[in-house]
Amino acid sequence: MTTPAAPELSAPALSAKPRCGVWRRLLRRKLAVLGLIVIAVTVLGAVFAPWLTAFGPDEQMFDGLTLEGAPLPPNGTFLLGTDLLGRDLLTRILFGARTSLIIGVVANGAALLIGTLVGVTAGYFRGWIGGALMRFTDLMMAFPALLLAICLAAVFEPSLWIVAMVIALVNWVQTARVIYTETSSLAEREFIDAERTIGAGTPRILFRHILPHLLPTIIVWGTLGISTTVLLEATLSYLGIGVQPPTPSWGNIIFENQTYFQAAPWLVFFPGAAILALALAFNLVGDALRDILDPTQRGRE
Amino acid sequence: MSADRPVLAVSGLAIAVRGEDGAREVVSGLSFTLARGETLCIAGESGSGKSMTALAVMRLLPKPAARIAAGSIRLGDTDLAGLDERAMQAIRGDRVAMIFQEPMTSLNPVLSIGRQLIEAIETHRDLPRGEARRLAVEALKAVRIPEAESRLGQFPHELSGGMRQRVMIAMALALKPDVLIADEPTTALDVTVQGEVLELLRDLQREHGTAIILITHDMGVVAEMADRVIVMRNGRTVEEGTAADIFARPREAYTQELLAAVPRIGARSGIQDEPHEPREAAPVVAVRDLEVRFDLRGGFFGRVERRVHAVEGVSFSIAPGETLALVGESGCGKSTTAKAIAGLVPHAGDILVGGRSLNSLSTDDRKAVRREVQMIFQDPFASLDPRMRVGDLVAEPLVVHGIGDRQERRRWVTTLFERVGLSAEHMDRYPHEFSGGQRQRICVARALALKPKLIIADESVSALDVSVQAKVLELLKELQREFGVAYLFISHDMAVVENISDRVAVMYLGQIVEMGTRDQIFSDPRHPYTKRLIEAVPIPDPAQRRARFARLDSEIPSPMRKVGDVPARLVPQDIGGGHLVFS
Repeated sequence: MTTPAAPELSAPALSAKPRCGVWRRLLRRKLAVLGLIVIAVTVLGAVFAPWLTAFGPDEQMFDGLTLEGAPLPPNGTFLLGTDLLGRDLLTRILFGARTSLIIGVVANGAALLIGTLVGVTAGYFRGWIGGALMRFTDLMMAFPALLLAICLAAVFEPSLWIVAMVIALVNWVQTARVIYTETSSLAEREFIDAERTIGAGTPRILFRHILPHLLPTIIVWGTLGISTTVLLEATLSYLGIGVQPPTPSWGNIIFENQTYFQAAPWLVFFPGAAILALALAFNLVGDALRDILDPTQRGRE
Repeated sequence: MSADRPVLAVSGLAIAVRGEDGAREVVSGLSFTLARGETLCIAGESGSGKSMTALAVMRLLPKPAARIAAGSIRLGDTDLAGLDERAMQAIRGDRVAMIFQEPMTSLNPVLSIGRQLIEAIETHRDLPRGEARRLAVEALKAVRIPEAESRLGQFPHELSGGMRQRVMIAMALALKPDVLIADEPTTALDVTVQGEVLELLRDLQREHGTAIILITHDMGVVAEMADRVIVMRNGRTVEEGTAADIFARPREAYTQELLAAVPRIGARSGIQDEPHEPREAAPVVAVRDLEVRFDLRGGFFGRVERRVHAVEGVSFSIAPGETLALVGESGCGKSTTAKAIAGLVPHAGDILVGGRSLNSLSTDDRKAVRREVQMIFQDPFASLDPRMRVGDLVAEPLVVHGIGDRQERRRWVTTLFERVGLSAEHMDRYPHEFSGGQRQRICVARALALKPKLIIADESVSALDVSVQAKVLELLKELQREFGVAYLFISHDMAVVENISDRVAVMYLGQIVEMGTRDQIFSDPRHPYTKRLIEAVPIPDPAQRRARFARLDSEIPSPMRKVGDVPARLVPQDIGGGHLVFS
């Protein structure tokens, strides 16, 4: 008998796929590897900065300026040229990577954490808790971020960690909004109801069933946030409430030198390129991670 | 136009879809002709390529993945397969029109239906506004929408599903096309509404001589509508013939099986199942005066202005190993009742599980008691977390209730997998790697994991193909014999209900209107609504085609009421043998 049962049990391509680790599958994607290399170079550069260059980050060289007192373009001694105070730009970018990485990873990570917590709580519980949280988020969104940052920086003694905290407190808002929307639509999905009927408690539903679905969004916002936070730090530095000179950060290198943009474009170009490359690298890795962590995308690579 | 010349002739049609491993033909070597005023039904199960065929005729195949690989589609003298998009746009809607399955999503929700109708007309005819409007009103009248003039200003959400599908038909027929393609036009509708829509299609065809291609998986609909039938499977024609021949003398084995799998009302009347345990046994679940109301807030202060009375005073009990079917049309409160019992919606009234009232229990005790009641949802694609392996999903109820260690759980899950007809090596896969029927089996395994006393099956086989549906129903019956589990089986499909239930409760507007054993309800329905429900089910036999469907005189009233306006409770009356009729 040719039963129609046969196709029911064999219809989808149940081909056995090797299930190897996330890391291995990440390394199989060219773009992700490129991103990983850029991140690794930045981290290594930041860690080993003192040994990679012959100059100090705050060292003002007499021969670092022309006779007229203008910064030097890239040359044999100063690979990326010098800035308007006669300091080696490469050295400053390497040391600046420390600040920018801390801001990009720590501040951005904290913002992401706060945003996700607020968004998930508000989206899942709704009611007055959700209402209160989201109205507070709206308030924060409407409040000028820079003004808030200035207020916070005025209250606390400026330091790198304070700057990171200020940035986190300003930047969580967008994440919270997006996570809120996604959570509230996820919470309506039938499989969440199905979880409730088997007796699953709230923590289980939140962490095992809702959070994994939010990962793609979190990753996208995380990678986007890196460039935003690095630039926000630059803005704060420019206003004098960020990382205090002479400590270099990629942002304040740009802002210190922006008036020389026409005469010495490399002073803006190189740190700008560094920010762009780092942001792009995180983006590439994040993109790949998002696909790899999604089991329904398997086989569509 | 001469009568014997076909309006549409498809020959050697092949459709290729680009997939993971190169192009794959989803339809191959399909040929058919369609005469004026004829209804051709293309019947088949999911994946048979029937919808792809419809989209190919409309040249609406999803780009760029799918394309017509070979063959011709001749509409009169033009070959549609070779036309460019511009020329096709002139034909679509004018000479060939299409109705889709989902009337909820195929109308634009932000435009009034009048605007959408008039726009559809103006795209093809250069008419002054007034004239287009007149045509629109005429089209609405043709599909028997009352007060057509005033309906023009309404928006899709203000209309019921049946009304929306009628608007879709009005749109499709406004320009009197030669060919109308209807892709599962009544699948998303209630049975009584389905009857009306089918009858409407038949009348309109008689008036205009439109040729109809009706695509459906429902052999009952085929029997009601078709002049000729094409049975498709895996992209190929299995059998072709007149409706009478296909149903009376199916030649191919596949057609025979397809027809055999169709649930029929009356198929089981008189057949006695093995007797159940005496009815005096304490019920596994008893529902007393269940009430679920949803508040609708409005106005400036967000006061409760109106309430949806979803469930109003429903009482019933289910004995161990018994199947109680709860039937009714959409919005009657049957799913809400299920959700209340499963603890998903807040409710008033009392639910007793194993004799213990849920109201009197602490939260922890309630969790323990709820273990006895598990649920299988309608859509197996939506009710499994797509990011978890199916083995973990089936084991999850055990984890949640802290039962067994890893080893024991794995062993039990393996047993369950094999019991529901899946193999244990499937446990490491993700839900999307399974077909609909397989997924529903996973849901069944999951519901069984805790060895509950009652499983609520909420339209659990409605989304499945008939042959798969028959197998899942068979599985459910087997499991009942083996585990002694009781079912609360919720469905709109009277034929399926007759197949599986011991007792039946018919719900209407949040209240039970009739309750009794299967035989009482099906051979002696007393309430007019029950009668109408049974009559509306299409019979899979063209010889028994009805001249007229049961007509609905009015739309089902809304369960939404003003605060304080509580609906009157119906009073049961026993007409013998536990057959309750409410009035």
